[in-house]
Amino acid sequence: MLGYITRRILAVIPVMIIVAIFVFLLLRLTPGDPAAIIAGDMATPAQLERIRTSLGLSDPLHEQFITWVGLLMQGELGTSLISSTPVTQMIGQRIWPTINIAVLTILLSVLIAVPMGVLAAWRHRTWVDYAVMTFSVLGFSIPVFVIGYIFIQIFSIELRWVPVQGYVAPSEDFGKFLSRAILPCLTLATIYVALIARMTRASMLEVLGEDYIRTARAKGVKETVVLFRHALSNAAVPIMTIIGTGFALLIGGVVVTESVFNIPGIGRLTVDAILARDYPVIQGMILLTSGLYVFINLLIDLSYTFFDPRIRY
Amino acid sequence: MLRIQERLHHLRSAALGVAAGAALMAGMSTAVPAFAQDKTITAVMHSGLRVLDPIITTAHITRNHGYMIYDVLVAVDENFEPQPQMADWTVSDDNLTYTFTLRDGLKFHDGAPVTAADAVASLQRWGKRDSGGQLIFDVTESLEATDDKTIVWKLTSPFPALLDTVGKQSAVPPFIMPERVASGSSDEAITDYTGSGPFVFVADEYQPGVSVTYRKFEDYVPREGEASWMAGGKNVNVDQVKWVTMPDAQTAINALMSGEIDYIEQVQIDLLPLLEASEEVTVETREDLGYQTIGRMNFKHPPFDNAKIRQAAQMALSQEAVLATLIGDPNYYKVCGAIFGCGTPLGDESGSDTLTSGGDIEGAKKLLEEAGYDDTPIVLMQPTDVVSLTAQPVVAAQALREAGFNVDMQAMDWQTLVTRRASQAKPAEGGWNIFFTNWMVPEINSPLISPMLNGRGDDAWFGWPEDEKVEELRAAFIAADSPEKQKEVAVEIQKHTLENVLYVPLGQYVIPQARSNKLTGMIPSPVPVFWNIEKAD
Repeated sequence: MLGYITRRILAVIPVMIIVAIFVFLLLRLTPGDPAAIIAGDMATPAQLERIRTSLGLSDPLHEQFITWVGLLMQGELGTSLISSTPVTQMIGQRIWPTINIAVLTILLSVLIAVPMGVLAAWRHRTWVDYAVMTFSVLGFSIPVFVIGYIFIQIFSIELRWVPVQGYVAPSEDFGKFLSRAILPCLTLATIYVALIARMTRASMLEVLGEDYIRTARAKGVKETVVLFRHALSNAAVPIMTIIGTGFALLIGGVVVTESVFNIPGIGRLTVDAILARDYPVIQGMILLTSGLYVFINLLIDLSYTFFDPRIRY
Repeated sequence: MLRIQERLHHLRSAALGVAAGAALMAGMSTAVPAFAQDKTITAVMHSGLRVLDPIITTAHITRNHGYMIYDVLVAVDENFEPQPQMADWTVSDDNLTYTFTLRDGLKFHDGAPVTAADAVASLQRWGKRDSGGQLIFDVTESLEATDDKTIVWKLTSPFPALLDTVGKQSAVPPFIMPERVASGSSDEAITDYTGSGPFVFVADEYQPGVSVTYRKFEDYVPREGEASWMAGGKNVNVDQVKWVTMPDAQTAINALMSGEIDYIEQVQIDLLPLLEASEEVTVETREDLGYQTIGRMNFKHPPFDNAKIRQAAQMALSQEAVLATLIGDPNYYKVCGAIFGCGTPLGDESGSDTLTSGGDIEGAKKLLEEAGYDDTPIVLMQPTDVVSLTAQPVVAAQALREAGFNVDMQAMDWQTLVTRRASQAKPAEGGWNIFFTNWMVPEINSPLISPMLNGRGDDAWFGWPEDEKVEELRAAFIAADSPEKQKEVAVEIQKHTLENVLYVPLGQYVIPQARSNKLTGMIPSPVPVFWNIEKAD
């Protein structure tokens, strides 16, 4: 197992190198000029050129790349061209809202979706199953911002139960965190509930047809035990895969939801950086997201051994 | 056996729960609980603050930030008159020596007194960035601090508009910084944000593009007298002001109606009905000048290197059509042919007949024919990601096509546009022929500051006109020693600008603001400022 983990982590290195080179070149080949964003509309070409020089953007590409790689080797991601703030500090400020929202969303989704999926499989081809499937299709189909606005209208504006927008760190005030995070998490959860419920139902249907389920039932084991212990444990591997991938997608940034609920997460950080051509921030964000994807995938793979002891690395 | 499995099962469930909980609780580190009991104004400004140096950039949000934490020597009031702010002044009889004296009690946020040396360093750095400042420094013999409170500015020739230029409110006002900060390069952004203005920048709570907090500067000594635009007493009546960025306009409106925020600087016109129904919110225009939207052609390449073809294009355009598409509600726009803006001392509408009366397509066709237009495609750049700039290119393209131009409208993001407009290449090879942008009226209300009126070829603003006459007229304006004479020259510049089509003014518009009724006393100035405001409990 340890050997497997080490191999997987080592395999990340070439992936990250390729990502780094690709991102660096792609950004430099895209039209755009951070100096123009800094200087504003009135700057003359000469002033722009001087700012470009002071930012190091006039250096040859290979020199810029070497400087950046040098920084990476020291664990630094550079400094934002626009705000002069270290990229690690910017990401540090913005990643926690995203992680906290993602965790709460996944928790909510799993708590709602897994029982729904199990129920739909158990009551296959009854109205319960059809209701779950209809919800699932709706969850996929309605754009996330529409769901967000509907929730805000109902729960914030009409009922005034929770604030419209904003983010408070759980350390500052856990109650305020929950009251502000619940709507964005429910909004995002709509999609993930749909996704996970469908996957749970499909996996469960497959497992429920197995001989050992029939045997368990024949032995008189309680139905809940059959469903949740015997069937769900064995149906868990694909469900975990979808949960893991969903989590990675949530971490990668949910720009629309972050905008609708005004959450200062990394999705907006990335979009803002792209619009301003803030190269170090974009590079840092893409490297971080790639790293996180690889790490989460590794965790998913490792979780298989937990749910299915037949899997060994 | 079953029991062991059961335990394992419970263990797994517990482990998952703990892992998720731990991840959720992680990140409980950076937040700083601050001033929970204080009186705070939470404002949604037109854009996120990212650049903190108000001298290096002309971005409006950074200028607004500048007015929060810095102070200025001289400031214009609502009558466009320069008034003493940090300093009073005297002018020698020959108009060549200006002596400024700092008032008592001025302190930086770190406790150090503001000295004349700080002011001199700040003016010098500003003079390297600001176009009006550069003109003054072109005729500066010396600028010195003769003692801690006295600044002596000697000129080689009179510059009657010196005080107006030093006191202007946009785009780059000469904010006074400590000498150690201002003595750095004007091409590198500052990193020390010590000012002497009415608010202190709270560095710990700053998140670029997300939020910025300003605390009242307790040691600030306001000037005597009523506040008027940027002049007068800057009395702060709240403990802190917080600017938050909300990328979604609908969210900002919902937040204002639910009382989570107090102020929105700019409300999209199409969302106004939502707010107008609310009894707790006031929608208003803070001031009447607003913005001027403009088109600029490229003088370097055909067909707009030909004055007649530029005139034909201008003749085809209608301000009403552009403004109606851009803003929609006539309460918020005004057809105005004055290049210096309507409602300003120099504003005059001479020569703008076709623009202000719906355009003249037939006349444009005739002019085009006379000029021998050979169907060269016009590369018209259309930014798709800036709401206030999406309508102009579309309306203009239609009018130009009707007049007989072969228009190649190219969609791009604003970043691509600002890069491309700096290119002098041929339009077919990555260059351009025409683009549109907007200015705040105080940024173009004088020939000294309007970037489009620079006629110095490659050294001019994008489009690079070589226009000796406009340069002569600008020199005459600098030399004009009375408001009447200045106005006379300004009218000449107005006529010449539209005749040579240095740029096409496409009308004026205002963007309403919305505030909670708890806020009162906001100054009706082009730059939104937070002194003078009272907030009810």
